[in-house]
Formats: sequence, C-alpha cells, structure tokens
Amino acid sequence: MGKKVLMKGNEAVAEAAILAGCRHYFAYPITPQSELIEYMAKKMPLVDGTFLQAESEVAAINMVLGAAACGVRVMTSSSSPGISLKQEGISYIAASRLPAVIVNVTRGGPGLGNIAPMQCDYFQATRGGGHGDYYTPVLSPSTVQEFADMAPMAFEIAEKYLTPVMILGDGMLGQMMEPVEFPDAYPPQKDPSEWALGARRTPDDRHIINSLYIDPYVLQEKTETLFKVYEEIKKNETRFETYNMDSGAKYLIVAHGTAARVAKSAVDALKEEGVELALIRPITLWPYPYDAVAEAAKGKEKVITIELSMGQMVEDVKLAVCGECPVEFIGKAGGVVFTPEEIVSLIREKIS
Amino acid sequence: MTVFKGRTKGLTDAKLSYCPGCLHGVAHRLIGESMEELGIIEKTIGIAPVGCSVFAYNFFACDVIQVPHGRAPAVATGMHRARPDRIVFTYQGDGDLAAIGTAETIHAANRSENITIFFVNNATYGMTGGQMAPTTLPGMKATTAPYGRDVSDTGFPMRLCEILSQLEMPNYIERVSLLSPKEILKAKKAVKKALQYNTDGKGLSFVEMISTCPTNWGMDPLKAREWARENMLPIFPLGVFKDRAAEEAKEKEAE
Ligand SMILES: Cc1ncc(C[n+]2csc(CCOP(=O)(O)OP(=O)(O)O)c2C)c(N)n1
Ligand code: SF4
Ligand SMILES: [Mg+2]
Repeated sequence: MGKKVLMKGNEAVAEAAILAGCRHYFAYPITPQSELIEYMAKKMPLVDGTFLQAESEVAAINMVLGAAACGVRVMTSSSSPGISLKQEGISYIAASRLPAVIVNVTRGGPGLGNIAPMQCDYFQATRGGGHGDYYTPVLSPSTVQEFADMAPMAFEIAEKYLTPVMILGDGMLGQMMEPVEFPDAYPPQKDPSEWALGARRTPDDRHIINSLYIDPYVLQEKTETLFKVYEEIKKNETRFETYNMDSGAKYLIVAHGTAARVAKSAVDALKEEGVELALIRPITLWPYPYDAVAEAAKGKEKVITIELSMGQMVEDVKLAVCGECPVEFIGKAGGVVFTPEEIVSLIREKIS
Repeated sequence: MTVFKGRTKGLTDAKLSYCPGCLHGVAHRLIGESMEELGIIEKTIGIAPVGCSVFAYNFFACDVIQVPHGRAPAVATGMHRARPDRIVFTYQGDGDLAAIGTAETIHAANRSENITIFFVNNATYGMTGGQMAPTTLPGMKATTAPYGRDVSDTGFPMRLCEILSQLEMPNYIERVSLLSPKEILKAKKAVKKALQYNTDGKGLSFVEMISTCPTNWGMDPLKAREWARENMLPIFPLGVFKDRAAEEAKEKEAE
C-alpha cells in the first residue's frame, strides 16, 4: 500500500480509476461531482489519457459507448439530472454487453432539486434506469476509501460480466475529505479482443456490436442470456457489511452509503446508553443482499431503514424481510442530512 | 444505373434490405468500394444509425456498431479517441443527424474529430413512414405535415453543410447527389476523398448525399430522382463547402 493521503471522495475515485488503468474519461460538468471532472482534466493528459468535456451527458455516455466498444477501460461521471440524460446510453451499453463505469455523485431532486447530498436516485440506479429489461450493478460506498476502492472493483465486475457498473456516491461522499490509501497493484484489464471493434485477430474476424433484434424470439433469447448473466452476478457479487450483529440486539438498522455512516454513529451512541442495535449496510444495491437482510432480520422485533430520501431502499428491505417483523422508515428529503443527535432521537422514538 | 460493376469486398454478401430503387444501396456501395480501394476494410469501424440504414451492420464488411438515434458522432468520438489508429465513419439519415443528433453533429464537427460522417439526405423520416424531417422541403407533404410543410410554422429546411462550414475546424465538407450515374461517380470521389483524409488524420470529413425515398414520397424511383433534382437541388446546392487540407496544400505550393 502507498502512503495515506487526504482527499475528497470525488478526487479519490478519479485517482483510483487512473491507477486502475482507465485512460478514457468523458463527462459534462455538474455539481456536486465537479472535483471529479476537474481532477480528470488535470491528470489524464499527464498519463497520455483522454479527457474530453462532452457537449452534454447524452454525448458523454455515447462517447463512453464508443470507447467501450473498442475495448478500453472507460469511465464517465455525473450527478442525478445528468444521470437521467445518460439512461438511454446506459440501456444501449447494457444491451450491447459492453463494460463501462459510471460514477453518480447524487444530489437533491426531483427536477433541478439542489446540490445537497441525497439518496433519492436509488430507484433509478437499481431498477435499470433506462428502457428495457436490464439491470446495472450498483456499488454504494460509505467512506472516501471505499469510494476509491470501488473504481477498480467496478472495472473488474464490468469486464467479467460485460455490463455497465454504477458507483452510487452522493454529494457528501464526493466532497468530504478523508485519508485514503491506494494499493500498489490493480487488477489487469480482461482481454477484450474476442468482441471489441477494431480488434480483428484474423482478416475475417469481423466484429459487430448491436442491440437490435427484430425477431421477437431472438430478442427473447438474448434477454434470457442477459438474465443468466444477472443470476451469476447475484451469486458472486452481492456484497454487504454487518455491524454489531452479535450483540443480541432486538432491532436491526438497514442503511447504505452516507446514511449508513450516520446510522453507525447512532449504533455506537445508543450502545453507550445500553441499547443494542444491529446494522446491515448493503454495499451492492443491485444485486441487493436480500438473503443477508432476511437473515439479519430473523428474530428481531423491528427493522428500521434509514435513508436520505422519502424511502426507496425500504421497499427492498420489505421484500427481504417479507413480513417477518415490522419494517419502519426514517428518512429526510431535500438534502438535509441527519445530525448524530437527531438520528439517535429518531431511532429512540421508533423503538420505545 | 451502371455503377454496379460486380461485388465489392467492402460490402458483405447479405442482401440489402432497402426498398427497390432506394439510393441507400448506392451510398453503401460507394463507401464499400472506397474502403476496398483504400485497403482499409479491416481497420475501419462503421457506425449504423437509427433509420432505414439501421441494418448497415449486416452490409458493411468492416466492423460495425449500431448506436442510439442521433448519437453516432459522439460514439465515433469515443471510438476515435480509444483507437486513433482505426478509421471511424458514421452513416446517418437526416432525422438522425439533423434533428435528434444536431448537438452531437455540430460538436463533433467543431472539435474536428478525425472521423468521417456520411449523411444521407432524403428529406424525410424513411424508416418510421415518412414523417417530416428537418430537411423536408417547403410545401412538401409528410405524414406529420399532411398539408405540406409550412415554413412559417416549422422552419425552413436545414442545410447542414452550410451550417457546419461556418465552423473553423472541420477539414472537409461536400454535398453530392446520387441522382444520376454522372453524379454518383462524383459522389464516389467525395466519399473516397473523405476516407482518405480520415486515413491521413486530417480531421472531420463530412459528405452529404442528396438521396430519395421513393416509398414514402409515393413515387417510382425514376420519378423520385427527377423530383429530387427539381426540388431538392435548388435548396441543397451541390459543391465543396470546405476543404482545408486542399487549401493548405495550395498555400504550401505558393510559398
Ligand atoms: C430515441 C428515438 N426516437 C425515435 C425513434 C424512432 N425513429 C426511428 S428511425 C427515425 C427517423 C429516421 O429518419 P432518418 O434519420 O432521416 O433516416 P431514414 O430512415 O430516412 O434513412 C425515428 C424517428 C427511435 N428509434 N429512437
Ligand atoms: S423507406 Fe425510403 S429510405 Fe427507407 S429503404 Fe425505403 S425507399 Fe429507402
Ligand atoms: Mg431520412
């Protein structure tokens, strides 16, 4: 491991992507991901990489589509309204079976909303987001270190399963500074020459990348193949973290990303008062750790989901818990983040 | 039409899916022949749009990708940046390039990406059944302009070569026609020149081809060509709008 450096999340994920061998980055400016695009603008030329400020998020994601089709590690980043514009392209990337990484530093919505951190794009991120029958693996970091670590992880998953992968940060993680360590070695890129364009292995090895299947039976077969890949992803890539699980707690907290940080501080604070809470933090939001949440909820009196939204992930928690015990929700809209005291008192209300 | 002189290696054996008499086939042929003559088939990547030519991946013998409606110039940008050693071209209709993809077209041209854009102007949305395109002529009927295009309401046909040639950076912009064998020979020269410039790394080359859509215009192919000559050419004049590489070569000679 290299030495620890103090960095913003937006910069750390950019640096990690470059260290992981990403040499192509296309994006359009938007707050609160500006540090990311600006970091890339500064650093990519120094490593002979491509930094291009696109004319829109629509163009940026299609540049990603083009570069991905040529078999290079490519990334884009944006924030909520920009991600909405990228959805058509993400659908095509998923359908065309291309690897690419999309960083979404979310902000308040709907509409123009605001630039405060929110988790209200959970549905968009975890339910495909664009048109058609597809999913995108979604990674949710809760520290700057994890944000950075997820860049190489995202490329690995993208290349292993030939899919776009989203890292779903938020404005808080993007802009706060924490110490980060970067590993000395990163996973090498998987050889794309089997499918990449411009990569003929023999003169007749013509490569076509397409998502159009006029014959319904062919599209059916292609989609079923895609869903077999999704089954593999569910089996191999579902990630979560548990905290204070063996404490005999009667209550389970479920939270991800920034909300999980706040929740963790509440678990610690209430422990001092003699109240035990177990915590499970989904790291992959798709595939969602349904089984792990179900297991963690077993025998609990109540499950409390905490989100920086009006309640989106809570629907997955309910699916996981499946009526075993009540599932309650604590959330906030508008980009207002809970203070530690506030979250403690809100949890206390739910369990008293 | 006498341009068909046997197969070109630049196209596959697949049977073209265009309507009889449609000039998309001719445009394909010119690109295929040019790739073959320049010896670049294996290092070329074509981009198929959304439009009647969506199936172009079946026809061009180079590698091909099919991309979202209007986004081909952005995809080409990503490709060219990823593989500067490859020849990247887009093949786009007027709806694709001049309506939904206007921003991508103008910005790729402004950056003078080292790509080639082949723009087939048939004054209509062929694939979706003859709706109004940004290039539909004044008074011309379309399924979404059933009383004829009213320019006071929907604007005048957009002349892309003229618009793009206002930009400083693009290398080569020419409008040709596919309406007669003589014009097709001229078009072939432009297509080949564009791909040659691309191979030489000269920046963006853009060739608009005046075409027809007999099916949606409701005319037989010959009548459609006559109609296009009478009605399209006055609005879309043929010619070279920009040729920076040639100008630079001339300047050098003069020095
Ligand atoms: C995002 C999106 N909007 C609309 C369509 C429907 N559509 C398919 S082809 C087309 C028009 C194509 O016209 P043009 O580009 O002129 O090509 P032509 O068929 O005339 O060659 C449209 C609107 C689509 N496929 N995707
Ligand atoms: S609809 Fe028009 S443009 Fe399309 S293939 Fe038929 S004639 Fe050609
Ligand atoms: Mg058209």
